Amino acid sequence: MSSSVSHGTGEAHQKPLLGSMGVDSRKLGLWAFLGSETLFFVTLITTHLIFYARTKATLAAAGTLEHLDPRTHYLGIELTTVLATLLLASSLTMVLALAASKVKDWKKFRFWQLATILLGSAFVGGQVYEFIHLYHEGLKLAPQYVLEGETVKSLYGVTFFTMTGFHGLHVTIGIIWLIATYVKVAKFPDSPENPMDIELAGLYWHFVDLVWVAIFTLIYLI
Amino acid sequence: MAIAEQHVASAHTNSPVYEGFSWRSWLATVDHKKIGIIYIIVAFAFFVLGGIEAVLMRVQLGAANNTFLSADTYNQLFTMHATTMVFLVIMPMNVGIGNYIVPLMVGARDMAFPRLNALSIWLFIGGGLLLYLSFLTGGAPNAGWFAYAPLTQNQYSPGAGMDYWVLGLGLTGIASIAGGLNFIVTVLNMRAPGMTLNRLPLFVWMNLVVSFIIIFAFPTFTVASIQLLFDRQFGGAVFNPAQGGDALLWQHLFWFFGHPEVYILILPVMGMVSEILPTFSRKPIFGYSFVAYSGIAIGFLGFIVWAHHMFGTGMGPMANAFFSGASMVIAIPTGVKIFNWIATMWSGDLRLTTAMLYAIGFISMFIIGGISGITLASSPIDLQQTDSYYVVAHLHYVLFGGSILGLFAGAFYWFPKITGRMLDDKLGKIQFWLMMVSFNLTFFPMHIAGTEGMPRRIYTYEAGMGWEIWNQIETVGTFLLALSVLMFLYNAIKSIRSGVRASNDPWDASTLEWMIPSPPPSYNFLHVPTVTSRRPLWDAKYPHAAGDDHGSHSKPSNVRYEYTDENTPGAKDIHMPTLTFSPMWLSGGLTVAALGFIYINKEILGLPEGTAALGFIAIGIVMVFVGIRAWVVDSRRDSPYMSSHH
Repeated sequence: MSSSVSHGTGEAHQKPLLGSMGVDSRKLGLWAFLGSETLFFVTLITTHLIFYARTKATLAAAGTLEHLDPRTHYLGIELTTVLATLLLASSLTMVLALAASKVKDWKKFRFWQLATILLGSAFVGGQVYEFIHLYHEGLKLAPQYVLEGETVKSLYGVTFFTMTGFHGLHVTIGIIWLIATYVKVAKFPDSPENPMDIELAGLYWHFVDLVWVAIFTLIYLI
Repeated sequence: MAIAEQHVASAHTNSPVYEGFSWRSWLATVDHKKIGIIYIIVAFAFFVLGGIEAVLMRVQLGAANNTFLSADTYNQLFTMHATTMVFLVIMPMNVGIGNYIVPLMVGARDMAFPRLNALSIWLFIGGGLLLYLSFLTGGAPNAGWFAYAPLTQNQYSPGAGMDYWVLGLGLTGIASIAGGLNFIVTVLNMRAPGMTLNRLPLFVWMNLVVSFIIIFAFPTFTVASIQLLFDRQFGGAVFNPAQGGDALLWQHLFWFFGHPEVYILILPVMGMVSEILPTFSRKPIFGYSFVAYSGIAIGFLGFIVWAHHMFGTGMGPMANAFFSGASMVIAIPTGVKIFNWIATMWSGDLRLTTAMLYAIGFISMFIIGGISGITLASSPIDLQQTDSYYVVAHLHYVLFGGSILGLFAGAFYWFPKITGRMLDDKLGKIQFWLMMVSFNLTFFPMHIAGTEGMPRRIYTYEAGMGWEIWNQIETVGTFLLALSVLMFLYNAIKSIRSGVRASNDPWDASTLEWMIPSPPPSYNFLHVPTVTSRRPLWDAKYPHAAGDDHGSHSKPSNVRYEYTDENTPGAKDIHMPTLTFSPMWLSGGLTVAALGFIYINKEILGLPEGTAALGFIAIGIVMVFVGIRAWVVDSRRDSPYMSSHH
């Protein structure tokens, strides 16, 4: 995203940008940013869990939890398991792409990076499909949902779509980042910046995967 | 004294202040010093605006049953006054001074990410302008700076004011997170050889702590305001109890950010004071590690006390007890700092410059604010005082008596470094005493009015409540306070034009920024210094006194004054990143798109609902893409590999 200024003399600029911590500045910055992003997703997930618990309590009090629970009715475990598999597989291909780049095997790198991009895109496609499906099933960006002809006042939908929507947005940004890196490496295969560029894109990619693991476990599985 | 005067007298003539001014060199700059100056100037402009809002409110409250302002205008003014002072004045002023000074203090040539730094400044300005645009387009935000739900929902706050608030602060929020990341990497990764964490100047330490607070506190606020935006624009109801939402959830999310925010406002200023007091006491700081670690402790504790803002909501005795106790614990590291500052001055050779007076004023006023803070931390007392003028008194003692007085100390201290000229010390002292008197006239009576039951945020009150005399005193005080701010502005303008030229080191100080010219050349240090102690410049000047704590000279120090400018031999070989307009395009695009989001379900410019909004969003996206493209091109120009393979 941005290059750094070295604090040494002119020629230090030519070397990898290892700073006083012995780490590349961009990598250090990205790690700090991922720390910030963690709080972002923790807040989104917590908000959703709060309103799900509240919805469940209301339904249980009315004795309708059995047939109106939004989670069991809306969230199909089959589709999301496929999605989770796609995203986890993309983390593996990302690792393989990075490993290929470390030994400068650019052909292999391009293959695995492309695989990562495709798997990520499949995930986003699956999420779009899921959103459309849920919309038709009565779960919308509104303070109620409709199940079996009954309207339930609940913020389950709003907080679900904000949470998963922002995750999807992050995956999309990750895909754009991966494509940008792919193009840059293809254009400048000799650039000494390549391994770090790839590592940074990969770091971000693993983070959004990890967030999905948290969402999948907390929202879909439990 | 003799040494300081000698330094002033032998002021080395270097290039005059910002010779060769051009708009391009400022608007496209990536130099941390220029960006710092832009932050300071813009924050000062917002300080004047926020001050005007305060004066208008004080005129209204100067007499019972006054009709100078309508209730709605008053609501807009108190919301914008607080929003301005917190987000557009104290934060950016801290960031501005930090931007200028932190890289110099650690011996770096720029921030770690110069272009990201430029992005931060333009996003901050875009967000600030967006907030103020609301005055022209049908009404500013009017639901208070902490925007309590459900008042912020569409049915209670129709109009676009609160949407401006969410999106304007959204932009400044991105700027803050980007800035926080930049400071973290700069401090951790750009230090000169030998500048270990244990030798960092305390101002740098506090900026590091604050940067971590920023990146961990802001996301919660971002999520809460996104959800509020969804409530207002897309029919959610997360914070609307009438539709199943939860108003208290907003308070929790807001204050989980909002309380750490208080430390974001005060810690950098504590850092400034920790630099100024030793310099003018002619003594090292007393208990360096304690001052640094208590800053870290405050940063941590700041995250577990947020609900002391919510005692009035009835959380129950267990929660109240916990948050009362945790809040009082913060008094310990704060007290540690105060005692360390006093011990630093103790038996020192005090030099009462204006900067020093302001630093001492900061300590005294902050103690009063701290004591009223302890009373408010106690939940039974808080229940009595909450939403009264007592709270207004408290917060102004910590934010004005604390942050603003400390910022004035920093302004007088670093003005010579930044402009190359000294501020008028005599005028400064008059201004200091006027400000001290008027500050106390303005805010001290609020303790009394509040204890006598005057609620905050009322636009007028009945006669005979016993509040009139206090309100009259406060209003007179406010005018004097405004006068003292204008005096500073006069002093600054006069001194930039004709002030005494400053040497490299007019205060005979100890940190690295004083070894290079005032103002420094674009590359800062011709030879990056090797640091061997906590007070590199003092040790170079007074070798016989060096060598106490961590002053072990295992490595030779090369700290000595540099008299350099852009034409010094060797300066041309230092590669600095080049000018670029890309951050401006990017932040301009985000600002225009944000304007579009405000009007997504509202009419504007006589066009049907949503049309203009989509237009703005489309233009914004195009600008963002232009910005990204320019960013890529311009960063390739600065990359040694890319520029040679074009």
